[in-house]
Amino acid sequence: MILRYTFFRMLMLIPVSFSISVVIFMIVYLLPGDPIDNLLRVGSSPEDRAKLVAQYGLDRNLVVQYFVWIGNMFQGEFGQAIVLRRPVADLVAQNLPYSLTLGGLAFLFSSTVGMTLGTISAIVRHPVLDRMMRAFILLGSTVPGFWLALLLILLFSVKLGWFPVSGAGGWQSLVLPVLTIGFGGVALVARVTRVALMDARREDFVTLLHAKGLSSGTILFRHLMPHALLPVVTILALRIGWILGGAVTVEFVFGRPGLGSLLIRALGQRDYPVVQACLLMLALAVMLGTLIGDIAQAAMDPRVREKKS
Amino acid sequence: MAVRSLDAFARMSIGRAFSSGVGLVAGGFLVLLVLVALLAPWIAPFDYAAQNLMNANAAPAWPHLLGTDEFGRDVLSRVIHGARTSLSVSATAIAISMTAGMALGAAAGYFGGFFERAVMTVVDLTWSFPDILIALIFVAIIGPGLTSTTFAIAIAYLAQFTRLTRAQIVRLKRETFIEATINLGAKPTHILLRHLMPNAIAPVIVVGMLAIGDGIVLEATLGFFGLGAQPPTPSWGAMMSSGTAQLFLSPWVIIFPGVAVAVTVIAVNLFGDELIRALDIRDRLRGA
Repeated sequence: MILRYTFFRMLMLIPVSFSISVVIFMIVYLLPGDPIDNLLRVGSSPEDRAKLVAQYGLDRNLVVQYFVWIGNMFQGEFGQAIVLRRPVADLVAQNLPYSLTLGGLAFLFSSTVGMTLGTISAIVRHPVLDRMMRAFILLGSTVPGFWLALLLILLFSVKLGWFPVSGAGGWQSLVLPVLTIGFGGVALVARVTRVALMDARREDFVTLLHAKGLSSGTILFRHLMPHALLPVVTILALRIGWILGGAVTVEFVFGRPGLGSLLIRALGQRDYPVVQACLLMLALAVMLGTLIGDIAQAAMDPRVREKKS
Repeated sequence: MAVRSLDAFARMSIGRAFSSGVGLVAGGFLVLLVLVALLAPWIAPFDYAAQNLMNANAAPAWPHLLGTDEFGRDVLSRVIHGARTSLSVSATAIAISMTAGMALGAAAGYFGGFFERAVMTVVDLTWSFPDILIALIFVAIIGPGLTSTTFAIAIAYLAQFTRLTRAQIVRLKRETFIEATINLGAKPTHILLRHLMPNAIAPVIVVGMLAIGDGIVLEATLGFFGLGAQPPTPSWGAMMSSGTAQLFLSPWVIIFPGVAVAVTVIAVNLFGDELIRALDIRDRLRGA
């Protein structure tokens, strides 16, 4: 049953990824500015220009260009970066590990800390703790990421000198970026966990379990957690895309290499192939995240399988 | 439901949102902020663009209460004028987004069929993307500036309003009174405008109010990337952008606009929560 669901869910990815790739392909053609102009030396003739345009295949029909492009994408051939004059695949391969490390750690941080905090705040019903928790959740979901990053730099790098201001050397340079991205994530996960647990413990079956004389710990870990985990997993999976999106800002502030900073730089230089590759990778990550979330949801909740497949 | 009673209902709910302690403080702050933004030229102690290189990067002290930036401009005056930029950009963007989203969502929910599927496919597609990414792409296409920032924010939140409105309309369409109206032979436009929308609008407005907060953050982020307000126009994000170079020298240039963003967004969220409670629509917000 779950395999069937997974199969159909993955089939759905085909039209979605097709539309996304068309949008990404087209958007870049709407960008103002022309990278060929950046490449031409002063005093070049129109013939030189035409030769360059032909070299990058910019003179062909848009539909043809799309299919050539998407065919190459499938082979991992992202083309040549026009301004940086290097294979885009190299640039992506060089920057992707940094984004994955940062994203993975931020994801791990926000899920573990968020779920722990959410669980604690749902069990320990202390008014002061409750208020602190709510304040934290509010702050985490409202404070702009780049500002938090700047404040952390001011405090930990400038004042205390614990971590480097920018760059990507060693684990020390990862601490502040992970904390920055994780902060919003922790707040979100904590809120969802807290609400899910509080809703779950109001269910009749929990009263029954208490009546049967089970210990609170058993009820929490054996019965409440699996029940409450569903919305948490869904949010976490959706968060994968958001973490990558949030990483764009944070990479920029901390001057870290990564897909986000590559994208921002390429946008500034109007380097079409790089912009396309970055967007495609980010879109892929978002889609994979939602896919994982949906499958996990279906695996845990039969009702989802029935409804969607 | 007649429009007049909706109006009374809304006024009553806003009154109720103000009546709690949190609601009063948050709502009061927002009213004050709007006043400050409107009266900025008269309130600001200095000209926001007046440079004084002899007094650049001065720490907060009298008469420059929040210090000065790299050009010796008064930070307080720039934060006050920045409120104008940030609030107006975000509010305009959300108004556009909300109007377009309500129209799309209502049409999709009411007419259904292929149109609905087409709209919702596109909406779900953009929905799964981080708003900053959508906004970045859009600003990159039409170039930096406040107008493109406004439209970028509007597009980034369009999916949210479309989904929410459609969910309301689909839910309402099953109600008996709508079925009765349809059976009485009312025209679709009449049903949509007179019966469905007045009942669907409360959650959309509350989400719109909350989205103004998100819009302010997004505007600040774009401004921070240098894609929003262009110098010397003060906006909270743009101030922080130029402040990064002087991060070590004059941190106040970054701290205070950020505080302004954070406090505003927190107030918007707190007041929005009170509104949700007063209108009793928490359940209706969950569906979308």
